[in-house]
Amino acid sequence: MLEFLISLLIVTGAGFAFIGSLGLARLKDFYTRLHGPTKATTLGVGCLLIASALYFSLIGQSISLHEVLVTLFLFMTAPVSAHMLAKAALHLRLDSLAKPPEFPLSGHSVQRQDSAKL
Amino acid sequence: MRQLLPHPLLTPILAILWLLLVNSIESGQIVLGLFLGWLLPKLTIQFWPEQIRIYRPLLLLKFLGIFLLDIILANFTVARLILGSPQSLRPLFVTIPLDVQSGLAISFLANVISLTPGTVSSRVSPDHRYLLVHALNETDPAALIATIKSRYEAPLKEIFEK
Repeated sequence: MLEFLISLLIVTGAGFAFIGSLGLARLKDFYTRLHGPTKATTLGVGCLLIASALYFSLIGQSISLHEVLVTLFLFMTAPVSAHMLAKAALHLRLDSLAKPPEFPLSGHSVQRQDSAKL
Repeated sequence: MRQLLPHPLLTPILAILWLLLVNSIESGQIVLGLFLGWLLPKLTIQFWPEQIRIYRPLLLLKFLGIFLLDIILANFTVARLILGSPQSLRPLFVTIPLDVQSGLAISFLANVISLTPGTVSSRVSPDHRYLLVHALNETDPAALIATIKSRYEAPLKEIFEK
């Protein structure tokens, strides 16, 4: 029963990690490609880590909680790196399927930004 | 007090992280964890000039619960979009005016947005008043802004700001 649950978690995790990576190949521009690795992989890696924690806690000698830490770090770093990549892409004005934002995002444009919003 | 213990919240968090890292709860490790929890904030005070305060700890827990559920849903949504036809996606940039002001709340919000359905935060305006968000498949920017503001920003504002 337990082995079944762990296998299920591993297969699900691997599936989501695969779909996330598939996004890199299938999606059409840089910004949409960012979505795959930031999200689909969080659940993928999450499932794998739960499986790992279960396996080593129940079959090994003591409770294994390293996985909690890995999850925590992953949730902190994945969005930050996505944010930095998107920021760099905006700076380099990469081709985008979405209409890129018109405001120049520098400190001087606050006034114009405001009126554009209204 | 401020000199001795610059970030009272960070000390127990770092101690718990240390215990998770060594994967043990021996008393020696607890003492070492607490020591590191005291030492690291003192050494890194330059990076954290502003005091962190959590005004509504219970709301924070509830928020984290909602957030975890949303992450799971987000994974299914994005997986479906990736497996569906990429040609039919309608990506969109949306500018969200920010109500939260503290750096911590903004970074929390940006992280949450990046981890939840179909959105990645892309840029904060230098004056910290707007957050640029890229949506993977969205036709109604007003609805997206309203959802993000009510679902994530409002609780964060209550938790971290008075």
